Amino acid sequence: MAKISIEDLKRIKERVKGTTNLREGKFRVKITIHMGTCGIASGARKVMNTLLDIIEKEGHTDIILTSSGCAGFCSREPMATIEIQDQAPVKYIDLDENKIKEIFASHVIDNTIVEKYALAHGSELSG
Amino acid sequence: MEDLSLHILDIVENSIIAGSKNIEISLSESNKTDRIVLTIKDDGKGMTNIELNQATDPFVTTKENKRFGLGLPLLEQAVIRTGGKLTITSKPGAGLELCATFKQSHIDRQPLGDIRMTLLTLITSYPDVNFSYKHTKDKNDFYFNTKEIKSQLNGININNPEVLKIIRKLLKKEAVL
Repeated sequence: MAKISIEDLKRIKERVKGTTNLREGKFRVKITIHMGTCGIASGARKVMNTLLDIIEKEGHTDIILTSSGCAGFCSREPMATIEIQDQAPVKYIDLDENKIKEIFASHVIDNTIVEKYALAHGSELSG
Repeated sequence: MEDLSLHILDIVENSIIAGSKNIEISLSESNKTDRIVLTIKDDGKGMTNIELNQATDPFVTTKENKRFGLGLPLLEQAVIRTGGKLTITSKPGAGLELCATFKQSHIDRQPLGDIRMTLLTLITSYPDVNFSYKHTKDKNDFYFNTKEIKSQLNGININNPEVLKIIRKLLKKEAVL
């Protein structure tokens, strides 16, 4: 069985100290990758991998990465939903590794929605 | 699907939707028998006989508001292309076990793909679910169990970026994958 070494465990404990946000369910940003059959077949795992890489390298502790099923819009997969605390969620479509990097830098870090990759912005007007 | 690791990710997503808390994945490659055998065992809500008979029908799904479900049909297609066989056994309330046997040397057999990435994706997305993964390749094997990793972590979340970094390192060392 593959096990975490004692040194690595110590290192984890050292680094995690004081950054217990994720454990307590408090986070600033929630990113959901849609991983239905359609999403997986069109490259959602690559998008997830890219995000994992960035979060790991830049050491963000206030972002939660998760996945959900088909969003009902299979032809525009891979899709991701980005939810910044107290703001409306934004759905991004037709993603790839480069687009998600751009979205991460702009939306997640600088709080500026990347409209050109978003499915829709704002809500429809009635009447 | 391009490779087997993506099929695994897709099928395990089904197990999770079925409410599984413990999912056992095993993959064995054997040059001797020229077979690749993939089994996925979960403790989800299982399927009735009627559901089992329709499981690989692309125009049948248990999801509401949906008209088709392609995960299992795609896997079945990938298996049959190599002259292999897909069997699913289940009872309502008693989980499900899926076994896909591929002919290893068949030209249409999909590559294994990036198993590490499938495991990392699952751990990141579903920290509360226990995954075990066993890989056998002739005489070598690799076993990985997130329940045991969690018991080492003493309450730190398994999807914490620092932990994921170490798990990634751990998986990278394994030549079998």
